[in-house]
Amino acid sequence: MNDIAHAGVTSRFKIRVEEKTHYGADGGSVLAIRDLTLDVPRDSMTVLMGPSGCGKTTLLRIVAGLDDNFTGEIDLPDDTRIGLMFQEPRLLPWRTVRQNLELVAAPNFSAEDMQQLAQSVGIGDMMHRYPQELSLGMARRVALARAFVTRPDLLLLDEPFVSLDERTADRLRRLLLDVWSARPTTALLVTHNAREAILLADQLVLLAPRPTRVVAVETITVPHSKRDAAAVDAILADFSERYPGNFVAV
Amino acid sequence: MTVSVARTTDSSLGRSLRRPLIPVASVVVFLLIWYVGAEIAQSRLLPGPVAVLQFIISETLHGDLLAELGITLWRVVASFVIAMAIGSVIGVAMGQSASLNRVLDPWLIVLLNLPALVIIILAYVWFGLNEAAAIGAVALNKIPNVVVTLREGARALDPGLNEMAKAYKLSPMSKLRNVTLPQLQPYFAAASRSGLSLIWKIVLVVELLGRPNGVGFELHLNFQLFNVTAILGYTVAFVAVMLAIEYLLVQPIERHSTRWRNKPV
Repeated sequence: MNDIAHAGVTSRFKIRVEEKTHYGADGGSVLAIRDLTLDVPRDSMTVLMGPSGCGKTTLLRIVAGLDDNFTGEIDLPDDTRIGLMFQEPRLLPWRTVRQNLELVAAPNFSAEDMQQLAQSVGIGDMMHRYPQELSLGMARRVALARAFVTRPDLLLLDEPFVSLDERTADRLRRLLLDVWSARPTTALLVTHNAREAILLADQLVLLAPRPTRVVAVETITVPHSKRDAAAVDAILADFSERYPGNFVAV
Repeated sequence: MTVSVARTTDSSLGRSLRRPLIPVASVVVFLLIWYVGAEIAQSRLLPGPVAVLQFIISETLHGDLLAELGITLWRVVASFVIAMAIGSVIGVAMGQSASLNRVLDPWLIVLLNLPALVIIILAYVWFGLNEAAAIGAVALNKIPNVVVTLREGARALDPGLNEMAKAYKLSPMSKLRNVTLPQLQPYFAAASRSGLSLIWKIVLVVELLGRPNGVGFELHLNFQLFNVTAILGYTVAFVAVMLAIEYLLVQPIERHSTRWRNKPV
């Protein structure tokens, strides 16, 4: 499916949110997003980076179609297949890992594809287990695999590696890159972690706090494979200098 | 929950062998007390377990006991299925829609507090002394309990999993089967458990008041004859049927549907 672009899928996904307001239970309201426009280039990794609580997750939920209570326009064809990785794994506890994956798998996703994907994210031995038998790191791997088995036209990742220890998180970031590079997909990842953003992004979008708007869009041209610790540090130093507001003392 | 946690954690072989013996032992103790009590009383009004067992055997072989048990069991099953089906649909709908809940809640409270006897009498008066009225009256007595339980279940549905289902565009059937029903399963189990026991007691009342057969009818008949042996015989026989359903049907189903739980990392 992914090899042939859908009719109507242009070279970019356009996101335009004029206004999004949260209404609290106490009757108060908070303006979360105002006048945010974003072009997501096809088959590349766009990372949205901003401080915690700045409305990144809200934006991602709007793109995923989980929140339509906003003004603006998300220009996605109706049949867009979405792969979504939430902050928590959100696996079905009463289904095995394999069943969790098969439930959302694209029709043309073969058993071999499944085996290959499971191996590449390191859950090959876990397929018959139930999610409660997995550590958080393992459950995240399953959630990552689930986002890919849909053969998504649009991959959405909402702080997928928070609350993991740094080593595990780093291993998973590399895994994400491996799986993603094997079949580049239009991807939108949200994070507040500067190193994570620089490691993964083709296009880095810096966001300002509430109400969220775009501060700057940077393209990172260093290939993913060349981004070792030193390269990431160099890019980070450069950005810190230019956007001191977004990269506070690292 | 806590019970099943304990069940899986004590996995030593000796314990797992001894475990089924404990309920058996407790039943034996009960029978002993009954036996001793009957021996002391030496009365027609308190027959011992042996006499009751003899009655059950002879009625099974030569009498109508099996037929009466069968007809009562059919009424229990029919009322149970109707009550669970209607109660679940209404309960889940009320749990998901606050406005529907506000409309139906007063009805629910009235039904919950309406005595079973009133519903049964009215059903017989309005719809006649027939099978449909009997089963309908029993089901109507149970429906409010199912509604209350399943409403809690629907309120406790995980919005996170709903979002997952929405983002991954699961079909309504697939969502129901894979996301919603498994979450409601413990509430179904709770409603069925309390349901079966409540329903069979009400079925007996229905039979006593307006049916020409079934365990309730036999109890009524033998009450007029002051035949306590027969009363106890029918009671024990039907309780045995309900125990068999509990241990051979309800518990295995429950174990199967909760097998994903309580597996330590």
